[in-house]
Amino acid sequence: MVKYFTVFALSAVFFLSLPATAAMRVFACEPEWAALVKELAGDHVKVDSATRPSQDPHYVQARPSLISKIRRADLLICTGADLEAGWLPLLQRKGSNKRILAGQPGHLMIADSIQLKDKPATLDRSGGDVHAAGNPHLQTDPRNMLPAAEAIMQRLSLLDSENAELYRQNLAEFTVRWQGAIAAWEQKAAPLRGMPVVVYHRSWVYLQDWLGLEEVASLEPKPGVPPGSSYLANVLDRTKGLSGLLIIHSQYQESKAINWFSSQSGAPVVLLPSTVGGTAEAEDLFSWYEDIVTRLLKAQGG
Amino acid sequence: MNPKIVPVLALMLCFLSNSAWAEDPEIEQLRQQLEQLKLEYNNKIEELEKRLRATEIANQQKPVVQQPQAVPENVATAVESAPSDASGSKSFNPDISLILDGRYRSFSQDPESYEIPGFMLGAEAGPGTSGLALGHSELVISANADDKFYGRFTLAFGYHEGETEVEIEEAFFQTLGLNYGLTVRGGRFYSDIGYLNSQHEHQWDFADAPLVYRALFGNHLLDDGLQLSWLAPTDLYLSFGSELFRGSRFPLSTKSGNDVGAYTLYAKTGGDIGDSSSWLAGISYLDADTGNRSSLGTHAHSEEEGEHDPVAFNGDSKTWGVDFVWKWAPNGNRRQRNLQLQYEYYRRKDDGMLTASDESGSYQGDQSGWYAQAVYQFIPRWRVGLRYDALDSSASGSDDELITEAGLDNEGHKPQRFSLMTDWSNSEFSRFRLQYNRDESSPEVENQWILQYILGLGAHGAHQY
Repeated sequence: MVKYFTVFALSAVFFLSLPATAAMRVFACEPEWAALVKELAGDHVKVDSATRPSQDPHYVQARPSLISKIRRADLLICTGADLEAGWLPLLQRKGSNKRILAGQPGHLMIADSIQLKDKPATLDRSGGDVHAAGNPHLQTDPRNMLPAAEAIMQRLSLLDSENAELYRQNLAEFTVRWQGAIAAWEQKAAPLRGMPVVVYHRSWVYLQDWLGLEEVASLEPKPGVPPGSSYLANVLDRTKGLSGLLIIHSQYQESKAINWFSSQSGAPVVLLPSTVGGTAEAEDLFSWYEDIVTRLLKAQGG
Repeated sequence: MNPKIVPVLALMLCFLSNSAWAEDPEIEQLRQQLEQLKLEYNNKIEELEKRLRATEIANQQKPVVQQPQAVPENVATAVESAPSDASGSKSFNPDISLILDGRYRSFSQDPESYEIPGFMLGAEAGPGTSGLALGHSELVISANADDKFYGRFTLAFGYHEGETEVEIEEAFFQTLGLNYGLTVRGGRFYSDIGYLNSQHEHQWDFADAPLVYRALFGNHLLDDGLQLSWLAPTDLYLSFGSELFRGSRFPLSTKSGNDVGAYTLYAKTGGDIGDSSSWLAGISYLDADTGNRSSLGTHAHSEEEGEHDPVAFNGDSKTWGVDFVWKWAPNGNRRQRNLQLQYEYYRRKDDGMLTASDESGSYQGDQSGWYAQAVYQFIPRWRVGLRYDALDSSASGSDDELITEAGLDNEGHKPQRFSLMTDWSNSEFSRFRLQYNRDESSPEVENQWILQYILGLGAHGAHQY
């Protein structure tokens, strides 16, 4: 009897060692939110991104390093809308950190501040890995960064009230700069309006809406289902004769099907960074969209 | 009530009712600040809009100026209200998922006579029935009960000798965010020792359990108990845990009337190596007061009707093990290609008595086993895997005949097995697998073929590491 108790008590004693506190820690699920936090908070917070630019945010695993990071986070910033459904709930359960659970000030889902597109009328997995709340790839429209920045700034000031004034100023400055940048990109991208595009995954609907691109097909037959050859042939048939067609994919999407489709259809392939760091040019939030617009224009020009 | 459990329960209660859990005054304060902020915000936003208008006027010569997106008035209210539509569940229904698993198996020997010399086998441990048969269907229901507790319930359905068998595989509560990185779990659950043990069968990379799991744990160490774990606040993943188990199931098989028949201790650590690799390593210890462990497996069924009771082991049983997992994917992007290497080793020492209906004798057993496997996804959807299993055992005691009768004499045979598998997954929610085993569990070499399907219906499964 004493044996069991001693063993158990000893392991319990371990737990009384206190965690050290330092600068506020932010756990961002995707690199774009980490970049946005950097714009607003600079070096006042420590930011980690769970997903690397090279990773598809749908398919991250609850790795040991992520559990350690979420354990100490003061603020969790994710896209939401079930984009992280496969791993975030598990991380939250394993991370043993009440500050970042739903309903707490340290839990922020950007999708909650944005009107989502493609909300499915029926929920059935025969439609692929659909998200009940709508298409979660909202970061591809820079206009969405404004409500996102607003929401992030509010949480930062709430959790780190000492620097609240600084965050507010940073947001005001960022907003002005961002509005200016959007206007410049839109002017530059005006020739892209109405351009037909084939996408790999339906992760560009917000970009298409912003720049007026026309999505004519996606290479994935259903979201999350890799393309097979008969389906690709069918898409090829459907898009035959479209002039000025472009194939869009992000840095983490499969290249074999894309290359095959390109060689058959003659349409050029454009790799677009889906997030900050997705290409060498996309170093921060500003150069990221700049790169998207530049790459699209370059591909259009042939 | 056995006095053994009292201090443990008291300790648990202490953690659960800890002031750490009372509504944090800090959070209350934050909420008040939030209210204040909202007021300030309306003013700030007005000011900002004025500045924006000014900028717009300055830019008016430029064509196609986008209207600034309206700033949502009350973004901050999201903190207070329940999680909104955009993320997570829209109703109070718990997450429900159903795993469908079916197999076609072909064996060169009768699976009813399957045995591993040197080891007693638990009821579920064996190659299964041959031919077309349902595997292990699972119904999982889980949800957060409230802000402090999460619960999960798993029913497993099997079909054996003309009867549908239903088993409660998991039914536990778990705390959400206790202070200091602590987590308490109670109910019936898979032990967190080792790597594979806490995973469900359908998450395994092969259709059957490694031999060492089959031989030592009856496929899975699963029981009613309590678990306390602690996650260290370090960059390196470091987690410690301990479990107390009732010990009623194989191989713990505690004497009836014992409240706590076994405990475990484990530690895990892990991290990333560069962008492409990650790893997890663990050590585990299991200590059981075994009361009546006997071979319940297919071997026992083949005994003639009316035969005497099987030989049972009583005594002290200690098991320790190590596990290591390494995962690789180019730049961490698992979608295209990935490789996983996995190794686990366990060793069990038993010291006690063997008893049959009319005789008994002392017994000291030393059983060990390991497996190593590699699974490679070479293109999206397709994976191949290779696994090697090995077991070893030695037994000594006062009555050699009894040891032989108990199946604990390995007759000089060292069981081993080679497995090869390939599987195809149309999406995250479906998988079809073909597996071949060259099974040398017993001296006679056996060829086994398994064709398996696994479908996951309903709630999105977790991407467990």
